[in-house]
Amino acid sequence: MSRLASRSRAPRRRPKTAGIHGNTLWFWVFVGPFVVGLLIFGYLPIVWSLVLSFFDAQNTVTPTSFVGLRNYVDMLTDRNFLSALGTFTVFAVFIVPLTFVLSLALALLVNQVKVARAFFRSVFFLPTACSYVVASLIWKLSIFNGVRFGLANTVLGWLGLDQIAWLSTIDPPWYWLPLVTVRLWLQLGFYMILFIAGLQRISPTLYEAAYVDGAKPGWQTFRYITLPQLRATSVAVLLLNLIAAYQAFDEFYNLLGAGASFARPPLVYLYSTSLGAIQDLGRGSAGALILAVIIMLLTLLQNRIFGFGKAND
Amino acid sequence: MATAERTTGTPQPIGHTRSPLGVVGMILRWIALLIAAVLFLIPFYLVLRNALSTEADITAPEWKFFPSDLQWGNFGELFRDENVPMARALWNSAVVGILGTGGQLILASMAGYGLARIPYRHADKVFYAVVATLMIPAAVSFIPSFIVVSSLGWVSSLRGLIIPTLFNAFATFLFRQYFLGFPKELEEAARVDGAGHLGTFLRIVVPNSLPFFAAIAAITFIGNWNSFIWPLVIGQDSSSWTVQVAMSSFITAQTINIHELFMAAAVSIVPLVLIFAFLQRYLIQGVTQSGIKD
Repeated sequence: MSRLASRSRAPRRRPKTAGIHGNTLWFWVFVGPFVVGLLIFGYLPIVWSLVLSFFDAQNTVTPTSFVGLRNYVDMLTDRNFLSALGTFTVFAVFIVPLTFVLSLALALLVNQVKVARAFFRSVFFLPTACSYVVASLIWKLSIFNGVRFGLANTVLGWLGLDQIAWLSTIDPPWYWLPLVTVRLWLQLGFYMILFIAGLQRISPTLYEAAYVDGAKPGWQTFRYITLPQLRATSVAVLLLNLIAAYQAFDEFYNLLGAGASFARPPLVYLYSTSLGAIQDLGRGSAGALILAVIIMLLTLLQNRIFGFGKAND
Repeated sequence: MATAERTTGTPQPIGHTRSPLGVVGMILRWIALLIAAVLFLIPFYLVLRNALSTEADITAPEWKFFPSDLQWGNFGELFRDENVPMARALWNSAVVGILGTGGQLILASMAGYGLARIPYRHADKVFYAVVATLMIPAAVSFIPSFIVVSSLGWVSSLRGLIIPTLFNAFATFLFRQYFLGFPKELEEAARVDGAGHLGTFLRIVVPNSLPFFAAIAAITFIGNWNSFIWPLVIGQDSSSWTVQVAMSSFITAQTINIHELFMAAAVSIVPLVLIFAFLQRYLIQGVTQSGIKD
């Protein structure tokens, strides 16, 4: 502080480019370009979208007919939008706990082997580099192809079972199997790395103390030391996972198509509402804002429950 | 929050996990790991097998573990097929990936440095305005962003693909946190030598932060290369398709031969595998940093 003060006094005679004013100038040289871009491509879209959501905006971004809350009422009573929210809920119920348990299990396994640890870590992390499009391609055309040469059906054939049209069988809802497994394959490695980082921050002395106190290595140390010590990581994994599930788009779009009447998550429905044949940007904007509010509420709720951010590990 | 990012992730010997079952436990663990590893590798095997097979081999009723004859010619066939704009799509992806990543690194590192290190009365307010945008779920904003980009007339253009993605508040946030922990002594040495903010940043701070830049660059490039929803929204004309959008349009339309489509997938994975091979350490470091702090 004193350095700044003396600097600001010294260049009285010089123009505004030195001292405090120099700092102000340089601050904006560094931060300005980013902030201007953020205003145009971050803030402006949201404000514009908010405005559009109160207008009848079919096929136009400069509507004139104000409709008040009608777009919101339409969306909240739209059976398709509600069923999209339901689809998300089912998806999250599957994907969040499965990802949590399996990525933690992988992290523990990889951490416990002494040989070839880097190899296993790389194998599980490698799918993280794949896109949902490539993964959907493999899942749709090769593994869960409904015809005989699909890998899943080939295996069923070896076991003497009937073939299944995985992606179009609604009763029983077999389509969930490809949808859930593709996401597990793509994201388990990412969350595994987070857990491994968390595990490596646990001090070995805790385990030694527990051992001295007679805790059996295995379930007891896991339950009373590992799991509590991973609290911050666990909360991060659950939260990231839930938000990512809410924004599911790529695999649903590529595996089932935008037009499928079943298993259409919110973003796929909003995509076809606002950018499909009808291009209803008013209702699309209203839906996007409803979804944004739901995601933010879920985030805040999780914050409350788990105290995310305050936990110090 | 601040403790997480300074963890270097140095692997420490995990001697403390005494196995409850001894040798049997170790064998069971190895079996579990090997099964999991095979399951994780099957999709990669399928990409390679299908990319190098004939159509007849892929659709044969009897499962073939290996193509009866490796079809290296599928590579050339993919690029010669006039119905498939794959060369153009790969070029678009490369431009988007490189310019998008470069631009994002420059903008975010400078903004992060300014926010962390240049004293300014309202720096806190600017910082809050930046992190506030992180509250808005990214994927939900594709409709609003489309509205702005389409009124700028940038639909179906590389500008439309790249420019809106450059202003990544999360990368700026990470850079700011990183620069807050950057040793002040190094910068002061440069100051004494008469360097200004820009000189200090370019000659001292950046060269000493290359691992961090590499981590963010690897994550950003993979994200840009694999990005789907935004290129799909903007790429309404096949000349502006990225490789992801091109593949997607053939998955749903199925007007392409399966072996060509898998060759396209194999080609699209190559840059990422290279990044993976060379930058894995930084990549993992970046994931642990960004993941914990999201």
